[in-house]
Amino acid sequence: MTTRDEPLLSIEGLTVSYGAIEAVRDIDLTVRRGEIVTLLGANGAGKSSTLNALVGLAPRKARRMIFDGTDLAGLVPETIVRRGMTLVPEGRRVFASLTVEENLMLGGAVHGARGNPAAVKADMLELFPILAERLHQKAGSLSGGEQQMLSIARALMSSPDLLLLDEPSLGLAPQVVDRIFDLIGDLRARGLTILLVEQNVTQSLEIADRGYVLANGRIELQGSAAELRSSPAIQDAYLGA
Amino acid sequence: MDMFLQQLLNALSLGGTYALLALGLAVVFSIIGLINFAHGELMTVTGYAVCFALIWGLPFPLAVIAGLVVATAAAFLMERIAFRPVRGASATTLLLTSFAVSAILRVLFQNLISARPIPVSIPSSLSGVITIGPLHLGMIQLGSIIVTLAILLGLNLFLHRTMAGRAMRAAAEDFAVLRLMGLRANSVVASAFAISGLLAGVAGILWVAQRGSVDPLMGALPILKAFIAAIIGGLGSLSGAVAGGFLLGFIEVTLQAYLPESLLPYRDAFALFLVISVLLFRPQGLLARKTLVKL
Repeated sequence: MTTRDEPLLSIEGLTVSYGAIEAVRDIDLTVRRGEIVTLLGANGAGKSSTLNALVGLAPRKARRMIFDGTDLAGLVPETIVRRGMTLVPEGRRVFASLTVEENLMLGGAVHGARGNPAAVKADMLELFPILAERLHQKAGSLSGGEQQMLSIARALMSSPDLLLLDEPSLGLAPQVVDRIFDLIGDLRARGLTILLVEQNVTQSLEIADRGYVLANGRIELQGSAAELRSSPAIQDAYLGA
Repeated sequence: MDMFLQQLLNALSLGGTYALLALGLAVVFSIIGLINFAHGELMTVTGYAVCFALIWGLPFPLAVIAGLVVATAAAFLMERIAFRPVRGASATTLLLTSFAVSAILRVLFQNLISARPIPVSIPSSLSGVITIGPLHLGMIQLGSIIVTLAILLGLNLFLHRTMAGRAMRAAAEDFAVLRLMGLRANSVVASAFAISGLLAGVAGILWVAQRGSVDPLMGALPILKAFIAAIIGGLGSLSGAVAGGFLLGFIEVTLQAYLPESLLPYRDAFALFLVISVLLFRPQGLLARKTLVKL
């Protein structure tokens, strides 16, 4: 087990390639316990590839890839998730033909060791009252915002230590986006560590402790959220100041 | 009217067998995108297992159980040996692999067992005919309707009431995300194959019971019909496969009953013509739904 001082996630020299195309080139990344770290960048910069690689869904190579004392090299997604790191994928990807309840059940199906599934489910329904109302509806019948809530709740059913969020605000109405960001704050307050990929740079840097900016698969810029907010490069490229 | 009812029962019996086979194809296709043309050989394996169990002196019910166990195990092994190494490969690779498995098994049956049909002694109690009013219903036919309905009901309960069943439905939608739930891809695929094997086993027993013999190419025709049924229903849709199976059975039986005698040799051509007509208007199949095949 790691001590409190050691980072929860420590990545050195991560490269993600699909055939001849390198989506991510030799990046280093650290996430400490209790932090919200944001990964920013334009479309195609390699943000999603990075998250997918961390959970083993994208082909990856790295010099060092340690999560909570476990070497992630060669581990398949199902094992990584069982160790306490999970991903809320881009585009929500709820199981549309299954009910809300079934989505949640699958989320907690194999995580009895990490938390009592019934208790975690009750907790999720308290955190997301809308899901309690829609428990027996097909997930596909929910609105985009509700599906995003379900996707997050489903991931939380595994009682993770580190939650990777891929563009949770994508395609949602502004007031729903605000609720998602409030929720991310609430989750951190519960002790969850979060790695957030976002296009919404302003709100991400408001909520995050630190951030990385990816461009063409490389880390172009990194620092505390405050530093990034005032950086001229970010101002020009993303904040339109 | 009596004629119609009689034909309806015939259609239910034949269509039910097609439905079970098409369902077996669809369960696997919906999860890994493979159209398993070796599915027919699972029927053949079942037939031989029942046949040898009877020759060996086992009572018929035990021989049936042996057939089902062998079918399930054969499907499981097929996945492990032939399909797991090519999982995630292109649809063409998967398809060719299944043709290869099918061809190898047929040759093995021909060389190791016999190229000729082997008779299977079905108990005489099963060859009787029940007369209900004007309807004449063979015991085997009646049995096949009841068994088909029971299997469909059982599978439906399994898919909706058990975690393994929910995982299979979820895998059919989005396999990658299911893995993010911590559910093992290999177990989900293996259970899909086991279920398809069981379905092929049931269909194989019904087929053998009606025909009374097993031969190496026994699976060829039914698998073609099941493939057509699955296409009519919309590949990857389980309810579509069932609907397609019954529809194809209904078309074939109706043509058999009502075509003038001079046209009867062309029954299959007419049946396929109707199938093509269905697909002209609904090219995606009757009950198609989008399937994501990602690993």
